[in-house]
Amino acid sequence: MAEAAESPGDRGRASPRPLMRDLKAVGKKFMHVLYPRKSNTLLRDWDLWGPLILCVTLALMLQRGSADSEKDGGPQFAEVFVIVWFGAVTITLNSKLLGGNISFFQSLCVLGYCILPLTVAMLVCRLVLLAEPGPVNFMVRLFVVIVMFAWSIAASTAFLADSQPPNRKALAVYPVFLFYFVISWMILTFTPQ
Amino acid sequence: MATTAAPAGGSRNGAGPEWGGFEENIQGGGSAVIDMENMDDTSGSSFEDMGELHQRLREEEVDADAAAAEEEDGEFLGMKGFKGQLSRQVADQMWQAGKRQASRAFSLYANIDILRPYFDVEPAQVRSRLLESMIPIKMVNFPQKIAGELYGPLMLVFTLVAILLHGMKTSDTIIREGTLMGTAIGTCFGYWLGVSSFIYFLAYLCNAQITMLQMLALLGYGLFGHCIVLFITYNIHLHALFYLFWLLVGGLSTLRMVAVLVSRTVGPTQRLLLCGTLAALHMLFLLYLHFAYHKVVEGILDTLEGPNVPPMQRVPRDIPAMLPAARLPTTVLNTTAKAVAVALQSH
Repeated sequence: MAEAAESPGDRGRASPRPLMRDLKAVGKKFMHVLYPRKSNTLLRDWDLWGPLILCVTLALMLQRGSADSEKDGGPQFAEVFVIVWFGAVTITLNSKLLGGNISFFQSLCVLGYCILPLTVAMLVCRLVLLAEPGPVNFMVRLFVVIVMFAWSIAASTAFLADSQPPNRKALAVYPVFLFYFVISWMILTFTPQ
Repeated sequence: MATTAAPAGGSRNGAGPEWGGFEENIQGGGSAVIDMENMDDTSGSSFEDMGELHQRLREEEVDADAAAAEEEDGEFLGMKGFKGQLSRQVADQMWQAGKRQASRAFSLYANIDILRPYFDVEPAQVRSRLLESMIPIKMVNFPQKIAGELYGPLMLVFTLVAILLHGMKTSDTIIREGTLMGTAIGTCFGYWLGVSSFIYFLAYLCNAQITMLQMLALLGYGLFGHCIVLFITYNIHLHALFYLFWLLVGGLSTLRMVAVLVSRTVGPTQRLLLCGTLAALHMLFLLYLHFAYHKVVEGILDTLEGPNVPPMQRVPRDIPAMLPAARLPTTVLNTTAKAVAVALQSH
C-alpha cells in the first residue's frame, strides 16, 4: 500500500531543524494549494503546522470584537477549532473506510491546508465589512466566498482523489464539499458587532 | 492435527520452504473463519502503523539513552549510581509495561476496520437507494430487503445539518454560529440515533425481524425526504407550500419505511404500534424542524442578545399564509433576499 513511511517524527533526532526551513516548507505547501496541480508534495511531506496556523487565524478572525461580553469570545474560538478538526477527522475516517489508501495524518494535512482559500476569503470579507453594510456588500462577500469555496474543493480534490478507488471518488468528495460548505457558511454569516 | 503437527515440528530444523510455509499457516490460527480484523494487515489503520513505528523508534531511543545513562552512572557515581540505576530501571519497566498496555488497548478499540464493511458501497448504489427511499413498495407479504450500510445515512444526516445551518443564514441577524452548530448537530444526530434505538426497542417488543443496523439505515435514508422538503421550503417560505411538501414528500418516505416494517412484522396490533410510532415521529420531526426549530433558534438569540437588539435587525421568519397577490414576490423569499428586494425596490 502506498503510504508514506517517512514521518516528521524522525527529524528530531539530528540537530534541530532551522525554523526557516520549516517555514519554507509550509510556504511551499501554501503555494501548492493556491495553484493546485497534481503533485505529491502535500502527501509526501505532510505536516500539521500549516493547518494549525490557518485554523487559529480563522478562529481568531471569526471571533466577535470585545464589544460583546468576554464569555462569548472564548467558546467561539473553541467551536471553530473543534468543527475544523473534528470535521477533518470525520472526512479522513470516511475516506479510509471507503477503501482509500491515504494515511490519517496525510488526509488531515491536505484538508487543513485547503482551508487556505477560505481564510483568504475571511480576510477579504473582513475588509469588505469595513465599508457600509447593504445588499451590495453582501453580494460581494457572497461572490468571494463562493469562489474560494470552489477553489478549496478543487484543491483538495486534486490531492485526495488519487488516493481513492476510481469508482468511489464521488463518495469521498461529497463530505469534503459539506465540510467546506459549513466553513463558508460561518464566514459568510459573520458580522462584527 | 497431531499428524500434521509432527512433520511440521520435525522439519523445523530440516526444511524446505514448503514445510516452513505450512508451519506459518498453522501458527497463524487454524480456524477456517477469516477474521475481518486481521485480514488486511497492510491497509489497516495506518494511524496504528505510524503509532507502532514511532513507539518502536522511541523505545529504541529510550533504551539507548537508558543504557548510556547507566554507563555514565556506573562509571562516575559508584554506590549512588547503582541506586539510581535500580530506580531508573524500575521506572523504565513500569513505563514500558504501561505503554504496551495502552497501545494494545488503543489498537483494539481504535480499529476502524470493524466499520469497513458498512461503507462498502458504490455511488450508483447510493443513488438508487436514495431514489428508492421515496417509493413505497406494496408487497408486504414477505420481508423486504434493507441494505445494511452506513455511508448513505451518515451523509444524509450531515446534509441535514448543513441544510439547517443554511436555513439560518441571513445577512442581518447576529448569529452565534457555535451554538447553532451544536444545536443542529445535536438535533440531527439525536434524532437519527435516538429514534432508531427507540424503534428498534419497540421492534424487539413486537417481534419484528429487523436489526439495529438495518433500522439505522432505514431511518437514515428516510431523512432524504426531510432534506428535500427543508431545502426547498427554507428558500421559498410559503406555509401552504410547506404543508403540501410535508404531506407529499414526507408522507412518501414515511410510507416507504412503514411498508418495510409491516413486511417484517407479524400481527395487526404489533404492526399498528410499530408503524404508527414511526410515522408519527417522522412526520412530527419534519414539522418541528420547520416551525419549532426556528423558535428554538430565536430563543437562543433572545437569551444571548437580550434587550440590545435594534428592532430592525431581526425579521421574523414566519409569514402569514394569507397574502395579497401583489405583495407575494417580495414576501415569499427569505430574509436575505428580502433585504435585497427591498433595497432594489427603493431605487
